[in-house]
Amino acid sequence: MGLLDDFMVRALLAGLCVAAATGPLGCFVVWRRMAYFGDATAHAAILGVALALAFSISIFIGTLGVALAMALAIAALTGRGWAVDTTLGVLAHSALAFGLVAVSFLPNVRVDLSAFLFGDILAVSRHDLAVIAGGSALVVGLMVWRWSALLTATVSEDLAHAAGLRPARERLVLTLALAVVVAVALKVVGALLIAAMLIVPAAAARNFARSPEAMAVWAVAIGALSIWAGLRASLIWDTPAGPSIVSVAAVAFALSLSLGALMRLR
Amino acid sequence: MPDLPGPGVSAALITARGLAVAFGGGPVLRDVDLEVRAGEIVTIVGPNGAGKTILLRALLGILPPARGRVTRRAGLRVGYVPQRLHIDAALPMPVRRFLSLPRRQGAAVQARVLERVGVPGIEGQPMTTLSGGQFQRVLLARALLAEPELLVMDEPTQGLDQPGTAAFYRLIAAVRAELGCGVLSVSHDLNVVMSASDRVICVNGHICCEGTPQAVLDAPEYRKLFGLGTGGALALYRHHHDHAHDHGGVAEPAALEPERVRDREVG
Repeated sequence: MGLLDDFMVRALLAGLCVAAATGPLGCFVVWRRMAYFGDATAHAAILGVALALAFSISIFIGTLGVALAMALAIAALTGRGWAVDTTLGVLAHSALAFGLVAVSFLPNVRVDLSAFLFGDILAVSRHDLAVIAGGSALVVGLMVWRWSALLTATVSEDLAHAAGLRPARERLVLTLALAVVVAVALKVVGALLIAAMLIVPAAAARNFARSPEAMAVWAVAIGALSIWAGLRASLIWDTPAGPSIVSVAAVAFALSLSLGALMRLR
Repeated sequence: MPDLPGPGVSAALITARGLAVAFGGGPVLRDVDLEVRAGEIVTIVGPNGAGKTILLRALLGILPPARGRVTRRAGLRVGYVPQRLHIDAALPMPVRRFLSLPRRQGAAVQARVLERVGVPGIEGQPMTTLSGGQFQRVLLARALLAEPELLVMDEPTQGLDQPGTAAFYRLIAAVRAELGCGVLSVSHDLNVVMSASDRVICVNGHICCEGTPQAVLDAPEYRKLFGLGTGGALALYRHHHDHAHDHGGVAEPAALEPERVRDREVG
């Protein structure tokens, strides 16, 4: 087990686990136009951190609980007259603001907020790694198990309904998966950039992929590459890890645009 | 064409009794009684906002009934052709993959069904690059892969020109003859669709009138709803119907616009 004593190895493994989960889930976020949904759920994580610290429970449980509550609240509130982006805008920024205020109230706790906002991947412990691996495996398992039903419901809920599927249940699966990803990715890229890990690799993958499955695989590959290169960059130039990872993903997206255009020309 | 079971011979595939549906806060449909039997082509017509799509969604079980009930025969296999399907540009979806939603279909089966609906060899094309007519035929192909006992279509020819619409309904009639399935569709395209139906149900919040295309056409409720005078669509329709009638009572889709249909022969 000597390998896991190296903080870089733990960081890399944690990052790769997150990339495996955000790849396929991120594709659904892009296909179903849930980017804001992901953002709102991720921002709620800060409130989860505050509550977890206040009640001395595990931060993973705190963020998971609040992210899940947030995702369910959004799902219930949207489609009730307000424009979806207004509802999400209100909820996302309220959750972030309340979370930041709540953290400041905590007595005798000097909390390093930037660790939660931007991630603290280099400080991933063995225990963190186990939680991240378990959560990611759960999400990947859900995606594989429900893939066909999720995809059918994404193309058309009516079509799914007529085929005997239940689109509402598939929506719930995505909501649950999103909450789990937020809870496990908080340590890796931070609350502000979780949505980026979902959207940017999937968007980059779109330029190569010719089928939904290929897009999910490409998204995992691009996410993993971003994790690896971002960690290297962070080590070499002493930059914050989370933003470095997302920066690499953004560069990958830019490259994919031109590579995709080249591939279509051939 | 094989003998079709007459009314009352075969059990209903789907039945609605006293059905009322609410949507968006208010009642949209009330007192709907209808049934579709195997081998029967039933078309729901009505003006915009009459609740046609709502009715179809309630029959499919997507919308819950506010009152009354919908009975589908146990284990009924439904093939559904939706009104419009927007596939997001962010979702790479070749025809081959679309046909396998939600169940995987082998390449040979896919090739056969695409050939059957008149768009052979387009498995590798992205759905977003298909023409309107190709797209509708792929939707139909996907519905047929379920080996449906009931084919449900919501304005399946929207966006097609009239010859394209006629060809599409000719294909539906042929499919009905092969599979013996019931066909329930919604349309506002009166002259072509009505003549391609065995039975027409005219809806405007409730069932205004129903029966053979001719009976509906003669019904004062229908004429009031669509404001048909002696010319225009009505005259056109009568012409078509005369053809159908000569073929023995059942509206014969192949009889509509024979010349133009042949020009646009499937495939």
